[in-house]
Amino acid sequence: MSQFSVSERAAASGVMSQTRAPYFVRKKKGITPRTIAILVFLSICALFFCVPLYVVVVTSFKTMDQIREGAIFSLPTIWTLEAWDHAWNHACSGIKCDGLKVGFWNSIFILFPSLILSISLAMVTGFALALWNVRWAGAFLFLLFICAFVPFQIIMYPLIVMTTTTKIYGTLWAVAVIHAVLAMPVLTLIFRNYYKDIPTEIMSAAMMDSGSFWRIFFEIIVPMSGNILIVVLILQITSIWNDYLIGVTFGGLTGQPMTVNLANLITISTGTTNYAHNMAAALLTAIPPLVVYFLVGKLFVQGVTAGAIKG
Amino acid sequence: MPAVSFEHIVKRYGAVTVLDDLNLAIEDGDFLVLLGPSGCGKTTLLNLLAGLLEVSDGRIMIGERDVTELDPKDRGLAMVFQSYALYPTKTVRGNLKFGLAASKLPSEEIERRIAWVARMLQIEPLLDRKPAQLSGGQRQRVAIGRAIIKKVDVFLFDEPLSNLDAKLRTEMRLEIKKLHDELKSTVVYVTHDQIEAMTMATKIAVMDGGVIQQFGTPDEVYEHPANLFVAGFIGAPAMNMRNATLSVENGKVEALFKSGARLDVADYPFKSPPKNGANVVVGMRPEHFSIDDSAAAGQGRFSLPVQSAERTGSDATLYLTFEGEMLALRVAPDLAAGLKVGSTVPVQFQTDKVNLFDAQSGQRI
Repeated sequence: MSQFSVSERAAASGVMSQTRAPYFVRKKKGITPRTIAILVFLSICALFFCVPLYVVVVTSFKTMDQIREGAIFSLPTIWTLEAWDHAWNHACSGIKCDGLKVGFWNSIFILFPSLILSISLAMVTGFALALWNVRWAGAFLFLLFICAFVPFQIIMYPLIVMTTTTKIYGTLWAVAVIHAVLAMPVLTLIFRNYYKDIPTEIMSAAMMDSGSFWRIFFEIIVPMSGNILIVVLILQITSIWNDYLIGVTFGGLTGQPMTVNLANLITISTGTTNYAHNMAAALLTAIPPLVVYFLVGKLFVQGVTAGAIKG
Repeated sequence: MPAVSFEHIVKRYGAVTVLDDLNLAIEDGDFLVLLGPSGCGKTTLLNLLAGLLEVSDGRIMIGERDVTELDPKDRGLAMVFQSYALYPTKTVRGNLKFGLAASKLPSEEIERRIAWVARMLQIEPLLDRKPAQLSGGQRQRVAIGRAIIKKVDVFLFDEPLSNLDAKLRTEMRLEIKKLHDELKSTVVYVTHDQIEAMTMATKIAVMDGGVIQQFGTPDEVYEHPANLFVAGFIGAPAMNMRNATLSVENGKVEALFKSGARLDVADYPFKSPPKNGANVVVGMRPEHFSIDDSAAAGQGRFSLPVQSAERTGSDATLYLTFEGEMLALRVAPDLAAGLKVGSTVPVQFQTDKVNLFDAQSGQRI
């Protein structure tokens, strides 16, 4: 009681609490050898990733003459964007020399249909499996679980036959659809597990209020899926963007994504290898997923831990 | 306003039978409380009525309609859930509106009803908030609002007050009671709280182990419990129960306790003529005792040592030792304060309030 009155009086007379001496002086914590060891260890870990990145970045701004000198850690003597321009506009993939921008736009046109297709299908399926009374839901879920572990290489040939008979082989659509199909099992499981945590009473209330599958899905369930959508979006964007195998298998000559483009221009160059061009091309290819990470990375962590503690 | 009836209801989960041949019928405008301990099947029964669970066998009637095969939305019911089950991403207005999702009403009518509900429940200033921005009591009001906006004839409540604090619970209890009087609807209300049951119900069905132990008005259930379970479950502090044997001699009927104490039960309305030597359980409510040293020795009079006293605000509970066990009495608090542990007090029981049960079957005799 007396302590309260002391602080009240202090507040009333305008004396700031910082000015009075503390009742119990706490010992200051210094830097211990333990802290130093941890810092050193973490710095080494960081260097492990940063040094190669540094080399790639500085090399992409150098001229070929400077690169030939061999000092890979030195900064560029002349900063030039020539390599970036070349990689984007003029680099040759096979006999065509239109640069990486072709692959970039291909990747974009693969990415969006594929995202929309896979996520919308997986959401609906996950919702039905988790919250709707579906016959054989358990068996279907088990099947999906098995499918999630089938390696792509095993079903590659049948998939090629299927895309050829449906006349989409060698187009961007083939790549997009195959991405969507292969992602389905895992995405469905993710959505299904997320929806399983929605309190049953909310679902019961929705059943009594509306009872319509689509109305409940669009009005109640989709608005509640924000967190998990971010997680799935990032997973899908990176895996589709970074994929090489599906792109090279189903894209044919016209539907190649950026990664295939990149591999071609690095491996099929004639004469001397222009390291600056290659580094710039590699960076250009890697930038989009990085941008996505930077933009929504914070939300990603929130989404990953969202199911851990019920809010 | 329809009556509701359950006819020969069976509910099985795999090999487990939860409800077996259950029958229950209430009349139009009744406030039925399903009362029982956790796991007694009361929520299962409510969910069967709501259509959230399917009956394994039997028929459910609402008014003249057989609703057994209907979807929840087509049964003409509204339900309030224990956790309120508000849609977290919708505003209060959106929640109320979604309550009408199955009915194809014109938008002016929807707006009119939202205004009506908001005024009635005093949630007008909250209409544009999300459920997360509301307090427990406000959420409860919105949940009730989402039910009454449907203007249906039968309302279901699944332990709606158990997440509220004591003060709010009392307020909401009165409010639900008032709503029932205003709307003149039929209500089925599930709870494990006997005070809610006693205060709100017009009919109580006490359930245990999937069986309806007693069905009647609150007074019937309290004053004339049908068996030992109901007697022990309803009332706080619980009814005092002691084993005794009946002695029937020349028109005198007495309950003989082990300690030798006697209680005259000649006026008790026996269902069948009492048998001499029958083993019975004598049930005595704590409030039917009085501490009284004026009158001379008579029937229902004991002299018992004090074990402890407990004050519960407006009254106090006195624990005396009788037959080697605690006997609870409701007394005035100042009286309890004046008593010392170990001292002996004279106690008078109102013999006309006694309850007798068969010791074997547990049924009222």
